[in-house]
Amino acid sequence: MSDSAATPPLVRKDSHKDYEGAKLGMWLFLFTEILLFGGLFILYSAYRSRYPMEFHEGGQHLNVVIGVANTIILLTSSLTVALSLTAIQKGNRRLCALCLAATIILGLSFLVNKYIEWSGEIRHGLYPNSPVLLRRPHGDQIFFGLYYSMTGLHGLHVIAGIIVLSTMLILVARRKITSTDFNKLENGGLYWHLVDVIWIFLLPLFYLAA
Amino acid sequence: MKRGCSAGIPGDKGVMQMAEAHVHTVPYRTFVRVWLLLLLLTAVLVLTSRLWHQALSVWAMLVLTPIKAGLVLFYFMHLKYEKPYLRALVFLTLGLLTMVIGLLFFDILNR
Repeated sequence: MSDSAATPPLVRKDSHKDYEGAKLGMWLFLFTEILLFGGLFILYSAYRSRYPMEFHEGGQHLNVVIGVANTIILLTSSLTVALSLTAIQKGNRRLCALCLAATIILGLSFLVNKYIEWSGEIRHGLYPNSPVLLRRPHGDQIFFGLYYSMTGLHGLHVIAGIIVLSTMLILVARRKITSTDFNKLENGGLYWHLVDVIWIFLLPLFYLAA
Repeated sequence: MKRGCSAGIPGDKGVMQMAEAHVHTVPYRTFVRVWLLLLLLTAVLVLTSRLWHQALSVWAMLVLTPIKAGLVLFYFMHLKYEKPYLRALVFLTLGLLTMVIGLLFFDILNR
């Protein structure tokens, strides 16, 4: 620390870390995410009650196998990110890095599946404002509009989560995240788990309610 | 929050050491068990929606989906080991959302 009168006193980067404050801040951010998706869930509920048959039939056009496969992928990725935290807490940096790498690969697999799924639907002309969809009842158009909005927004969160966890992996490799300083990893993990929780609700709403 | 700043190991340059005060290390096996349970519940949910009567499958979704989300929140997101105020905040947020969805259906059903 410099005590020079000419320059303000330097605060060491690691001199104050509010672990609990950081976690509380992360949860407050997650609340805004919950309410963001909550708004879309409310919209879905309102339109589903208005167009029950169209929503029921719309779900039959979706690929249940890919939907369920993606659920298994995300649940497993939540496990690996949770294991990575325990690993770093126990001082096992190598296992932590392996678990994080596995999570990132699973996240990418989710996106590949989503690409395959959307491509199939778009090939069948099932996308917002498509000529095929415009000829169908209004409820069908709303169903697919909500489907693309909600799974698309979720997909963006998966991409963001992959970027966050890749950063965590680099920090673990550079020993910036250690067995005594792992708050960033814990908060990054919380974000990934929330993405998983949102998908847990999207699966029955779109894929299983047909 | 008062424990957050200075629970450090003596002589460690005043750096907060989180391992000291408030960290609960969850065993690997707990996470693996929760994951297996989540997969089992997903299997039940999918089979119910494919095989059973529609009304039953709707009830299965209404019951099993929040249980699955709860398992992720409580174990993977460590809520089980957090302080009561944080759990209360999460329940408050989720409760608010549930209440709004409930009011929406109340409105729809009584129109």
